[in-house]
Amino acid sequence: MSVQVAEEKSIEKTGRVYIWEIPVRLTHWTNVACIIILSFTGYYIGNPYISVSPREFYGTYFMGLMRFIHMATAYIFVGSLVVRTYWAFIGGNQWASWRALVPFFTPEGRGKLLNTILYYFFLRRHPPTTLGHNALAGFTYGFIVLLYFTQVLTGFALYGQSDPGGLWWNLTSWLFIFVSNQMVRLIHHLVMWLLIAFAVHHVYSAWLVDTEEANGLMSSIFSGWKFIVPESSESKAKQKVSHQQPDKPGEK
Amino acid sequence: MKITSTKESSTLADLLTKKGVSRRDFLKFCSAMTATLALPVNYFERVVKAVEQTKKPVLVWLEFQDCAGNTESLLRASTPSISEVVLDVLSVDYHETIMSAAGRQAEEALAMATAEPGSYLVVVEGSIPTKDRGVYCTIGGRTALDIAQEICGNAMATITCGTCSAYGGIPAAAPNPTGAIGVAEAVPGITVINLPGCPMNVTNLTATVVHFLTFGQLPLTDNFGRPLFAYGSRIHDDCERRAHFDAGQFVEAWGDEAHRAGWCLYKMGCKGPATSHNCPVTRWNDQTNWPIGAGHGCVGCSEPNFWDTMTPIYRRLPNVPGLSVEWTADQVGMVVAGAVAGGFALHGLGSFIRNRVEPIERTEVEVGEE
Ligand code: HEM
Ligand code: HEM
Ligand code: SF4
Repeated sequence: MSVQVAEEKSIEKTGRVYIWEIPVRLTHWTNVACIIILSFTGYYIGNPYISVSPREFYGTYFMGLMRFIHMATAYIFVGSLVVRTYWAFIGGNQWASWRALVPFFTPEGRGKLLNTILYYFFLRRHPPTTLGHNALAGFTYGFIVLLYFTQVLTGFALYGQSDPGGLWWNLTSWLFIFVSNQMVRLIHHLVMWLLIAFAVHHVYSAWLVDTEEANGLMSSIFSGWKFIVPESSESKAKQKVSHQQPDKPGEK
Repeated sequence: MKITSTKESSTLADLLTKKGVSRRDFLKFCSAMTATLALPVNYFERVVKAVEQTKKPVLVWLEFQDCAGNTESLLRASTPSISEVVLDVLSVDYHETIMSAAGRQAEEALAMATAEPGSYLVVVEGSIPTKDRGVYCTIGGRTALDIAQEICGNAMATITCGTCSAYGGIPAAAPNPTGAIGVAEAVPGITVINLPGCPMNVTNLTATVVHFLTFGQLPLTDNFGRPLFAYGSRIHDDCERRAHFDAGQFVEAWGDEAHRAGWCLYKMGCKGPATSHNCPVTRWNDQTNWPIGAGHGCVGCSEPNFWDTMTPIYRRLPNVPGLSVEWTADQVGMVVAGAVAGGFALHGLGSFIRNRVEPIERTEVEVGEE
């Protein structure tokens, strides 16, 4: 891969590399905002813990408002997913590619996946150096993308029911042949919790890798730039052979 | 006892006059049918003409694994409605619960009514057992499956009344001991229209028949074989309590102030949002009332497998498969999210300790600025 060679040269000079292009960062933060809003409004739709009396200040259209915000945000979310999908297949650079989400397809990817898992289980001092997503993160994002699409499908299927014969109904009503209506709701509801669980792990891991690897991971999702610490870029060549850090040869 | 001949030449209009139905009532009935079928007003005359000129079509009513609830629904209108009369006139030929013939005479009536293939309509009530070669429901020594294959197989069309004959219904609820299924599944390839509901609404049955008489074909159906005029929109979208839903006004307990004020039953497990049926518009017992109007949530009875998928009846969401009923979806979700948070908190602690025991060496680097 000649691109990579050229990049490695520039990295050695400056110590930093532009990884996340604008669409990647923009869609990331749009998704974050959408998921927060969708989770709050969705939880209210699922379990309306505020019962409104006509005299209260939030008026007499509270559930209606929550549903409106949920659906409007859903459209934004879908827009963001469309942009990111385009970027993964056509527009984006190698790190934005869909290939990052399926690291297990290549032997190198599988090796990195294993080593990242070892790192998380304290069996390895450092995760394998990566410029884009690390293999385990990429794999997790692949799963998260599946969850995103599950939410969109189940969400629009539920949405479409209020307008039989309409666009969303036509696109999604086939779903109910396979899954009962209530099960679709349950899936939509449970996936929210899976996404929340992911967010917990995700922010923690970003922080962990950022502090331990000093590669500017956290700021990279704002600025796009990541840093390569020479120590790890030196060891990179060796890592490719042994998948091990030189300073910790005796690991289990 | 003489069995009514099926080949009478008098028209339906004559029969109705004989029964003492006035012209005015007849027209009222036809306009109600036009409205139920969601036809434009100018179809009214066509409906009137079709219904009055109909030579009494033969209609037989079969009952299998059922509770006769659909028959009850048909018969127990508080005042004898005109649709009851129309159906009564139509269904004289064979109806196990209401005909006076029994035993051999009944069998003969059925044989006579269905002698000519493609000349009659069948209404089926109740599911068809298939386990152990269908022994769980036999009539006159023949299994329900056998009867359905012959009678429905040769019919012009089959109308299933109630969720049991449409999809298996309550007999098919897990663990489905008799292997019960609906007619469309039991006799594949025949023309079937499903009128599920527990029970179905007579107005919809009559309207389906009227549609058939007027246009010579069954009305358009959805993915589950249900006519769109009756099952084309959701209960939740036509519900009289919907304004309370949108407002965020919910019943929290049976008999509380909100319940007495007629607020939305969503939190009491109402399945209106998951159910397509025209109950809120058509209502029951001569348009008197309907379940949600009477203060009980919808149980989703017109959806396939409702007994398995709509339960627990008094909770909004189904149980999470594989877990005990004590767990709600939110509890499961919180445990999952909590476990992840806990796991990573421990991991954070582990990382902290490791960094103490084995600090990361940092080399100072000079980074060239662009
Ligand atoms: C990450 C994204 C999303 C999350 C976390 C989320 C969360 C939720 C939750 C928890 C519920 C309540 C479910 C219940 O208990 O019945 C809900 C309902 C719903 N969501 Fe979403 N949702 C998301 C995306 C979407 C999308 C993309 C759509 C598409 C239009 C959508 C449409 C709906 C609809 C129509 C309902 C049901 C509203 C009702 O029954 O009145 N959601 N959502
Ligand atoms: C304070 C909050 C957050 C921070 C600091 C953050 C940080 C990051 C970073 C640094 C990356 C890219 C590096 C990598 O791991 O490979 C990333 C990617 C990603 N994050 Fe976040 N994140 C946050 C919240 C979230 C939330 C709430 C979600 C969704 C529930 C999310 C979903 C994703 C996804 C799907 C990617 C892959 C991005 C792509 O390739 O388009 N993030 N995040
Ligand atoms: S009572 Fe049921 S159908 Fe009516 S608005 Fe409330 S949830 Fe919807």
